[in-house]
Order: sequence, then C-alpha cells, then structure tokens
Amino acid sequence: MADAKFEALLRLGDNALILGHRVSEWCGHAPVLEEDIALANTALDLLGQTNLWLEYAGEVEGKGRSADDLAFLRDAWDFRNVLLVELPNGDFGQTIMRQYLFDQFNLLNLRALTESKDTRIAEIAEKAAKEAAYHVERSRGTVVGLGDGTQESHARMQEALNLLYPYALELFITDEVDDEMAEAGVFPDPKSLEDAYLVAVAATLQEATLDLPEAHFGHRGSGKDGRMHTEHLGHILTQMQWLQRAYPGQTW
Amino acid sequence: MYAQMVKSTGKGVKTLDEMEPEERAFQEKVDADIRIEPRDWMPEGYRKTLIRQIGQHAHSEIVGQLPEGNWITRAPTLERKMILLAKVQDEAGHGLYLYCAAETLGVSRDEMTEMLLSGKMKYSSIFNYPTLTWADIGAVGWLVDGAAIMNQVPLQRTSYGPYSRAMVRICKEESFHQRQGYDIMMKMAQGSEAQKRMAQDALNRFWYPSLMMFGPSDANSVHSEQSMAWKIKINSNDELRQKFVDQTVPQAEYLGLTVPDDTLAWNEDKGGYDFAEPDWDEFFDVLKGAGPVNHDRLEARRKAWDDGAWVREGLLAHAEKKRSAKVAAE
Repeated sequence: MADAKFEALLRLGDNALILGHRVSEWCGHAPVLEEDIALANTALDLLGQTNLWLEYAGEVEGKGRSADDLAFLRDAWDFRNVLLVELPNGDFGQTIMRQYLFDQFNLLNLRALTESKDTRIAEIAEKAAKEAAYHVERSRGTVVGLGDGTQESHARMQEALNLLYPYALELFITDEVDDEMAEAGVFPDPKSLEDAYLVAVAATLQEATLDLPEAHFGHRGSGKDGRMHTEHLGHILTQMQWLQRAYPGQTW
Repeated sequence: MYAQMVKSTGKGVKTLDEMEPEERAFQEKVDADIRIEPRDWMPEGYRKTLIRQIGQHAHSEIVGQLPEGNWITRAPTLERKMILLAKVQDEAGHGLYLYCAAETLGVSRDEMTEMLLSGKMKYSSIFNYPTLTWADIGAVGWLVDGAAIMNQVPLQRTSYGPYSRAMVRICKEESFHQRQGYDIMMKMAQGSEAQKRMAQDALNRFWYPSLMMFGPSDANSVHSEQSMAWKIKINSNDELRQKFVDQTVPQAEYLGLTVPDDTLAWNEDKGGYDFAEPDWDEFFDVLKGAGPVNHDRLEARRKAWDDGAWVREGLLAHAEKKRSAKVAAE
C-alpha cells in the first residue's frame, strides 16, 4: 500500500513539476505581457503543488527524502510524469493546447481527490483544485480564442491538437498502482474520469471550431509507470538539476 | 534607476515670469505639490519627457525579466524557483502598470514596444550584463533592485499622478525583491568555498554596472535641471549614487565580501564613502549596443513580439467575432 501510494504521489508531483518547468521556460518570451504574467502564475501554482505532493511522497516513502531531494536528485527512469507534460513548448499554440489538455484532467482528478480517504491528500487537493479551476478557465478561453480566431491561428491550434491529443489520452491508461489506490479509496480510478474529460474537451473544441482527431488512442509511452519517456525528459533534468548535481549537499 | 539619460527639452528652465499664463499655472501647481492628471494642460516637453522616462522604465521591467528568467529553470531548490518566478511575474506586472501610466499621455503600448524594438527607446544599461552563476540572481536582487528602489522611492512623489501611483505599487514589491536577493547572497557567502567565490565574483561584475544605473554626473545637465523643475526627477544622480554606496558597503561587509574598489574609504567630513566612479566610456558603449548581451536581449524581445503576432491577431479576431455576434443578437 505504501509503495503504491508513493508511486501515485510521484505521478501527481512529477506531472506538476515537469509541466511547471516547461511553462516557466516562457518567462519573458510570451506573445503579450498579460500572457507572460499568466504563464508565470500557472508555473508558480504548479510548482507549489509539486512541493506539496513530493513532500508527502517523501514522508510516505519513509527514507527521509525531501521534496527537493525527489525533484533534483532522481534520474529520468525514476520520474513518473506522463509524456504530454515533457514535450517541448513548440509555438504558443502548442503550449496552450498542452496546458488545456492537462488542466482539464488535473481539475477533474483534483476534485475527485478532495474525497480521498487520505485526509492529507484531500487537503492538498482542495487547495490545488481551486488553482486548477482558474487554470482551466484561462487555458480553455485561450484555446477557444485562438481556435476561433484567424485562419492562421485556427490552423496552428488544429495542428497542436492533432499532435497532443494522443498524448493526453495516456492520462487514462491504468495499471496495478491505480487499481490498488482506487480500491483503497485514496486515488480515483483514472478511467472513471475519462468520460467527463471527453465531454468537457469536446465542448471546448466545438466552441473553438476545432476537430477532434479521429484516432482515439493513448500513446504507449507510459511515463507514469516509468517504463518509457521521451528523449526530452533527460534534457529537462540536466538543466533543472544542474546546480544540485554540480555542487552537492549545499544550502542555497 | 531604470531611466537613464532621459532627454528633456534641451533648453534651460524658464522662470515663472517667462511663461505664458497656462504654463505658469501648470508650474505653480507642480511647485505646490499638486498632482498633474491626464486631462490637465501640460507643456509638450513635459509630456514627451515623461513618455520617454516612463517608457524606459517600463521597457526595463520587461527586458529585466530576461536575466532572471535565465535562471528559473536552473534554480537550485523548489522554493528558490518559486520565489524567482514570483519576482519575475511582479516585474511583468510593473511593466504593465507603467505602460498604462504612459498610455494616459497618448502613446499606446504597441507603439512603445515598436520603439523599443527599433532601438528608438532604451532600457536600463544594467540589463545588458549577463547572469552567469546563481549568485548573480542574488546580486541582481540585492544591487540592481537596491539601486532601483533608491530612485523609485522619491518618485512616489513625482508630479504626474498616474506615474506616482504606479510607483507606490511598485515600491511595495521592490523591497521584497531586494530582501530575497540579499538572502541568496547570505546563503552563498556563508556557504562552501565555491559558493563564496560565486558571491564575490557576482559582486565584482555587478558593482560598477549598478553604479551606472543612476546615470552620469548630472551637475551640468540641462535635462536634469528641467526634469527636476517639473518634479519628474527628484534627486540628482550623484545624490542617489552616494546614498546607494553608503547603504550597500556595510551590507557587503556584513556578507564578508569585498567591494571591488581600492579607493573606497569612509569620509568623516561628508558623512559618506568616497568611491571610484564607474568607467563612463563603458557606460556609453553599452548604451550604444556594445554590452555583452545587448544583442541577445533585443533579439529575445523581437522574437517574442514577431512569433507572437499570430496570437495577438487571433485573439483580437476572436474578440471581434464575439462583439459582432453580440450586436447581431441585440
């Protein structure tokens, strides 16, 4: 049980960490000042969530690892994030589409987690769900605005969707960790969120005048159980972990 | 100071007797510390100088995101990463308040951005220096924000209402930025040999560029004289630089770091430090584009602007569609 809970908490923490890292890469480079502010805000919220999830993961593991130890001292094979969040930012459309596809899942997942039998998880989820609700509102609004904007913005958003949608569906591939946690009432079964997710996404895409890609499959990456990642993750880690690796054991 | 070498009318300051009645009434308000608001009459030179000054300050906030953004993805702990993100987010917010203040003078944010990108408007010379190690993020907060605060605190009393109000909001956040910068320096200065070395190296590289932030000595500058008469500049560059040195030297001593100036000495008579002037040739070269990262900074802003054009157009087109749909429905 402790092992599965540790794994499941890493999945939450790593998704937030890696996506937060990607979003923070935009800092100072966004198309308009308001977006610079909003993206920094999103990254900040995600890193705050990371801190809470990984701190708890370390406690559950019971080996004395802090949130920082988990973030900065694990190698790629120990990361449990889905492939979607480690993909490069691409253009702004790709970034915002990735954000929406994740936010919509994150919100449903966090809302379900507020019912967790683990009160610590329920409390963290309560706080994080409020942030996620705001994130969805913003990323959804931007997806709609750009999807139903000019011909160019529409084409770019469709392209982003075609690329990212199969990655998003990885969020619903379940394994024995999910089964064990769902049975214990600690985490929701990801499958149980899929219908609500597809309905919400379909409504957004309709408003955005975008077409759902026909192929309905999740990429067989399975970043969430750590068996596979893209090549991008290693490069994220070389950057993110560099100081901690080059000067180990220091106070910063 | 985020505004340097702001050109004013280029003429000497007029006396009240030399002014037409309108201008005289304006100047009397300024002298009486009554705020000038956007709809009030103002001399054209006042308006233009303010646009240059506020614009330069706004651009500095925006370009200033880049040297710090350079370390967000490499910050050494989750907490440091969050603090830095929050700080850079604040800076973008400051840019926004300032552009809004400048817009009340009849120039749009897009126009100002175009002027920045074409090189017609400047940003502070300090942001043309790179952040090479993590200690530089400490030094930027401690020295660069420290120098900015020196100038911005008095500007809360500046004569132009929207500028003064923007400055009040900005100052509240800047002092937090400076404290977190100093906190990074403390950790580094008390840390390992390598960390101490980084801290000293950061001070060595940022000391003189920070002194340059106040601009050259303005004893003989007609621009400064006019700006001070209009109360859009409150203290002279030299006064502020002295204040900054007097505040910063004891802080460096507390950290156990050495200010890279052999001539630095306490002067009992003036109640302040004697210190070496920065290399003003370097300052003028950097303003002209010869700093180590001028090209990178402007290129990053140009790329953000050009690559983002489709986004701005897309969102605008969508807003138009919604507006027409609403009109059609009514």
